[in-house]
Amino acid sequence: MAIDLKEKLVSSFMAFENKVNVDDPVHEIRLGAIKNFESRGFPTSKEEAWKYTSLRKLQKTNFSVFPKKSKTLEYKEVKKYFLHEIDTYKIVFVDGVYSSYLSETTHDGVDVCLMSSALSKAMYRQLIDLYFNKVASKEEQMTSLNTAFSREGAYIYIPRNKAPLKPIEIIHFATGTEASLMLQPRNLIIAEENAELQIIESHVSLTDNEILTNAVTEIFAAENAIVDFYKVQNDRHSSSLIDNTYIAQKSKSTVRVHTFSFGGKLTRNNLNFYQEGSHIDSTLKGVTIIGEKQHVDHHTLVHHQQPDSESHQDYKGIYGEKSTGVFNGKIIVDEIAQKTNAFQQNNNILISDKATINTKPQLEIFADDVKCSHGCTIGQLDDDAMFYLQSRGIPKKEATALLMYAFTDDVMSSVRIPELKNRINNLIAEKLGVKMGFDL
Amino acid sequence: MAYTEEELKKELETKEYEYGFYTDIESDTLPKGLNEDIVIAISKKKNEPGWMTAWRLQAFQAWKEMEEPEWANVQYKKPDFQDISYYSAPNKKPKYNSLDEVDPELLETFEKLGISIEEQKKLAGVAVDIVMDSVSVATTFKETLAEKGIIFCSISEAIQEHPELVKKYLGTVVPQKDNFYAALNSAVFSDGSFCYIPKGVRCPMELSTYFRINQAGTGQFERTLVIADEGSYVSYLEGCTAPSRDENQLHAAVVELIALDNAEIKYSTVQNWFPGDKDGHGGVYNFVTKRGLCEKNAKISWTQVETGSAITWKYPSCVLKGDNSIGEFYSIAVTNNYQQADTGTKMIHLGKNTKSTIISKGISAGKSQNSYRGLVQVHSRADNARNFSQCDSLLMGNKCGAHTFPYIEAKNKSAQIEHEATTSKIGEDQIFYCNQRGIDTEKAIALIVNGFSKEVLNKLPMEFAVEAQKLLEISLEGSVG
Repeated sequence: MAIDLKEKLVSSFMAFENKVNVDDPVHEIRLGAIKNFESRGFPTSKEEAWKYTSLRKLQKTNFSVFPKKSKTLEYKEVKKYFLHEIDTYKIVFVDGVYSSYLSETTHDGVDVCLMSSALSKAMYRQLIDLYFNKVASKEEQMTSLNTAFSREGAYIYIPRNKAPLKPIEIIHFATGTEASLMLQPRNLIIAEENAELQIIESHVSLTDNEILTNAVTEIFAAENAIVDFYKVQNDRHSSSLIDNTYIAQKSKSTVRVHTFSFGGKLTRNNLNFYQEGSHIDSTLKGVTIIGEKQHVDHHTLVHHQQPDSESHQDYKGIYGEKSTGVFNGKIIVDEIAQKTNAFQQNNNILISDKATINTKPQLEIFADDVKCSHGCTIGQLDDDAMFYLQSRGIPKKEATALLMYAFTDDVMSSVRIPELKNRINNLIAEKLGVKMGFDL
Repeated sequence: MAYTEEELKKELETKEYEYGFYTDIESDTLPKGLNEDIVIAISKKKNEPGWMTAWRLQAFQAWKEMEEPEWANVQYKKPDFQDISYYSAPNKKPKYNSLDEVDPELLETFEKLGISIEEQKKLAGVAVDIVMDSVSVATTFKETLAEKGIIFCSISEAIQEHPELVKKYLGTVVPQKDNFYAALNSAVFSDGSFCYIPKGVRCPMELSTYFRINQAGTGQFERTLVIADEGSYVSYLEGCTAPSRDENQLHAAVVELIALDNAEIKYSTVQNWFPGDKDGHGGVYNFVTKRGLCEKNAKISWTQVETGSAITWKYPSCVLKGDNSIGEFYSIAVTNNYQQADTGTKMIHLGKNTKSTIISKGISAGKSQNSYRGLVQVHSRADNARNFSQCDSLLMGNKCGAHTFPYIEAKNKSAQIEHEATTSKIGEDQIFYCNQRGIDTEKAIALIVNGFSKEVLNKLPMEFAVEAQKLLEISLEGSVG
């Protein structure tokens, strides 16, 4: 009989306390978080937010919380997982442990380094006090669980008027040294006034051993800052990901998050934007293409707390075989947030009778002078367009792929790193089973 | 005269419920509280057969086990179910054949409402089954309907005279255990309407029931059952007004519609129960379960104009069971002052080639909260299901809220589902445009609100349009011309 995962995690916390400095002020936060998790447990499908995604099966798996063995990876083994066409900063973790050998960090004007050093070194103390666990939820169970075990992850600090020379890649490798492993990376990204940066994050399992990642990322964008965040979720079907992202934006800042969900057994994205100023631009976009028994759940929240801001959401999903897609987009406009312009769109294509899509676009509006709209469709490819392409000699499979690619174009066209776009195009082609470049 | 939105808002706030009055009629009321004895007593009072009593008790047992739902986006003080009297009937029975026999006080009541029976009788052939505190006291045009084989009577009468039909269909669309309030209703329902349209008959007139809540501290538990047999058509109207009262009144109705093969039911509601005063005191709690079942090629269309009630919790639904069946939902919900409405629809696509349309218009003013909550569900065997949903909200002032909670669940690849929602206010440019053309602001607002709700108003039958107009006027006077 396998031990209950919640019990196991709660009891592991004591072992975890031996590994970290318990006199640290951060440890108070961890203690509060484990208490919250202990009293509330894993979310159940009875909760509205988890109505369509069940974690029951995962809780029955006997995940190792701390990997016992470690393994080093050769760069050439894993080169293909990096965006090697261009030069990037790299923060790489292997089974949750930082790999200095594969990484390329910097302290040259900007800090692209590790959460563990930010949490332990005195020079970062002030910023950690100011930002750590400030925007992340203190109520949500999975976030609390991550906070309790927060120790390692990426720490990125871009001071005023600075921008790193190249994009930053964050990659989490799982080598399969454990039969099943749970990882809980914790990232903190701070962009001061006028700062600008681009981040690409991915999770890669190298074997079919089971992986559960429960990640939390906090992003702070000060005035005029621009943050571009790309999440590439193309892991093996043995891995599950619960990705919690919390973003606090100040006036005139721009934060764009693109999520590409192609892989994984169960993927849950909790993406939360809190607009704390005016003239803010928030963009949330995603492409989901899944099949087999995959499950992808996008939960978004945009909370407009001040007047004159904008938000754009655009999620496209293509669901085949026995896959399940969930979209729950929530927009809250506070009483004082007049002149808000909130736009939300969710389009879905079902290509199998066994696939399911559950979507719930939700508006909660308390201000009267706003423009808020949401649109949601579930449909098929246009027969006329198919006929048009086929009549011009394009085989059915390729024609279908072309139309599906066109369907995702609203999202793809705003990817600002050409090499990344190319990479994702190839992933889409692979997912749709065609050999095409789409760079027509 | 310059008429601004500010002034309109002020006027809306100070607008009192016009139709608030209380008719003093002796009534026969059961003691407060709810237990098995009360359920049996209700059944006995109505002289019901054994199976009906058993059915009620079964519902009561289920209800005892259930918890009051809390998921709706409304806040209120929960009613004390032991502090309600579950039965009251106007004393002056038996039934009347002509108006002369009807209690003059009652007639006066209807005159105040502007829906006197004389007028009704003259009006375009509307048969009226008036429900005054739970028991039907007057039924007109029954003979005309009887000629066609149409049964239109109170449900208690139907239990006595047509037990086979009631037994066959009651609780088939809304089972006793469906939800907390449906279970409560099944246990204690006092009266309601029953309607049966035989095969191939097109009902020659709009059937209509006026509901009224009149007795202090009396919950109203209506039960309506409409059966349209194969190939038949019926248009059913339901409208409500309630007297002004401080105490909260609970209303938990159940409406079941059954449209057999090729049948069509059009069900229109105008609801204007007491919404509470401008400080949010009093008002009716309206927790209604309405659902229709469509067999092959059948069509059910719900149209509602919701202007009253302190709390509304209502989701008229369609179960599209048969192939090629159609479900429609057209709604205007107006909330003002401290009103809260959580309303919408459910469209369950089970059959092939089923279609549904949802048009929902919400207007919130004052400090009210207006929510749309809808579900569109396409099951795996429902090939070529088609749905179009549109929910628009209009906000007046920044103290009110508009919310949308649309749930869309599709399990079939050939499903085509569209959902759109917008939130806006009356644009200054729109008003300017009207002003420019010599239309004053008051009329302009009226024009815009009218235009906003036109898609739904158009769906109301002619006979009902006057009433709808009147009710909209109360909630948004000065904005509807």
